[in-house]
Amino acid sequence: MPVDMRTYLGHVELANPVVTAAGCAGSGSELAQFFDLGRIGAVTTRSITMAPRAGRPTPRMAETPSGLLNAVGLQGPGVDAFLARELPWLAQRNVRTVVSIGGGTVAEYTALARRLNDAPGVTAVEVNLSCPNIEDRGRVFARDGGASAEVIASVRAVMRYDVPVVAKLSPDTADIVSVARACVDGGADALSMINNPLGMSIDTETMLPALAAGTGGLSGPAIRPLAVRCVWQVRTALPGVPIIGMGGVLTGRDAFELILAGACVVAVGTALFHDPYACTRVLRELEELVAARGYQRLADVIGLAHRPPGAAARHRTDFEESSL
Amino acid sequence: MQVTGTVLTTRQVDAYHALTVVAPGIAERFRPGHFVAVAVGGSGTSMLTRRAFSIHDVKPDYGGTVEFVFAVNGPGTAWLAERRARDTLDLVGPLGRPFPLPRDPVTCVMVGDEYGSAVLFAVADALQRRGCRVDFVLGGASAGRVFGAMRARRMAETTTLTTEDGSLGMRGRVTDALPGVIADVRADAVYASGPMETLRGVTAVAVEFDIPVQAAVEERMACGIGVCMTCVLPVIGDDGITRMVRSCVEGPVFRGERVRFDDVGTIPFDALGAPGGGSRNAG
Repeated sequence: MPVDMRTYLGHVELANPVVTAAGCAGSGSELAQFFDLGRIGAVTTRSITMAPRAGRPTPRMAETPSGLLNAVGLQGPGVDAFLARELPWLAQRNVRTVVSIGGGTVAEYTALARRLNDAPGVTAVEVNLSCPNIEDRGRVFARDGGASAEVIASVRAVMRYDVPVVAKLSPDTADIVSVARACVDGGADALSMINNPLGMSIDTETMLPALAAGTGGLSGPAIRPLAVRCVWQVRTALPGVPIIGMGGVLTGRDAFELILAGACVVAVGTALFHDPYACTRVLRELEELVAARGYQRLADVIGLAHRPPGAAARHRTDFEESSL
Repeated sequence: MQVTGTVLTTRQVDAYHALTVVAPGIAERFRPGHFVAVAVGGSGTSMLTRRAFSIHDVKPDYGGTVEFVFAVNGPGTAWLAERRARDTLDLVGPLGRPFPLPRDPVTCVMVGDEYGSAVLFAVADALQRRGCRVDFVLGGASAGRVFGAMRARRMAETTTLTTEDGSLGMRGRVTDALPGVIADVRADAVYASGPMETLRGVTAVAVEFDIPVQAAVEERMACGIGVCMTCVLPVIGDDGITRMVRSCVEGPVFRGERVRFDDVGTIPFDALGAPGGGSRNAG
């Protein structure tokens, strides 16, 4: 029996819970050569900025055990080119699109939201809060609940009511729950976590940092336990808020782990560099896993790990049979 | 496309390794200059990025095989070097933009440094089929690191070899021998592959002679399919604007004179979207 994989991001229904992570799917067209983008829940774009950005110098990437350090520096074409070419390309193919936005000031985020407001094909807006705040000595917004909430509130204020605003949180903060709560109070319809924690690698041959930028974001299975912990804590504190979980998802099992922790949508990121078909494979494996546990609806397993120990899981068909 | 291919043969060529893999889907779409992105470490590996290798050769055996050449310089390539016949490999390909070929029968010099030479033989074949004259200049640090000298001698009008230690051919680098070869054969075009520094030198020579150069770059990649944005280098577009372009999808073959080799590893101040907002920053 097929599993009902539908899920909700705020009031927006997605056909299934597997989406791409921001910055891991190019402009969409690169992955479309491998699979039909319409088969996954949504495509998340790279973080769109007002002006075109050339990004960081190379080397931008270093492989670490079960992980990847990257310092791409939000290379992208800028919002004008995005609205002229990339978004229409996705919209024409009816691909659900979560647009990630990045800025250096609250005003820049607001201006981006205003530009996206009347663009067709925006399913949701994900606010990348891990950008340096130019007005606060370059400290990233996501470190601080107040700064994050200010950005979210201003984006929410200008964004059309039927487009959910998602706050993307970083684990590089003292208390992710308080940042999450501040974002929800600021008007976030959903939360996504986790952005890459900062890491560093030094090349012992050259005796210099492996990345030109010095530090970079760590992704891949190396950060999965960190992601599960963050989703778990935020779900415990804010059980009603939809969570997009991401961090080192390579298989359906990994996606299921984040869903059990409380995510209702799961993003696949670094896995796409290894396996261009990762999204469809994760979706298939997840569906098989949910079915194998005896469930017919994805909604019934979201946050299931939060039930008290020993408590019977609800809606299990095999339990109903055994109760006779 | 992604193919799980069976290793047909492995061979060691002096300092390098060559693997032939049965991959019909990749072989039939192959054009000279294409590359494959190979997953390393087997299932459950801790190595997440694919390794990119130019395709050296395709053959019609078993529906189609591809061969690629590599040097061991890390745990990923060390794992590849341990593969044996009948092992399986996960390949994505063929990837990248292939070498453009001239319409007319012209004279082409193929310049290969280290195992970068591997990609040139399929191009040379294609050029010869179009009636082009082909000459080779191959080099490496030492005799064992010059790849394909025998095959070059068999197919080319002339073959010039260089080694930095003088153990084979001329002492020096390919860029030292290249001006003489271009002048002798009255070359119309140069095809080059090798480390960035070599391509910079080759391009400078070709520019001196005012002939076009097609250079296949070797930039580190994580995905090979254009999504990871890590293999960028500054390239001047048709409109004169420098952009940070991906060597996997916009390359790996570029017109040498368009690549700002001196600025590789930096963001040139006048590149589109450079920090500090150069005059060309829109918005």
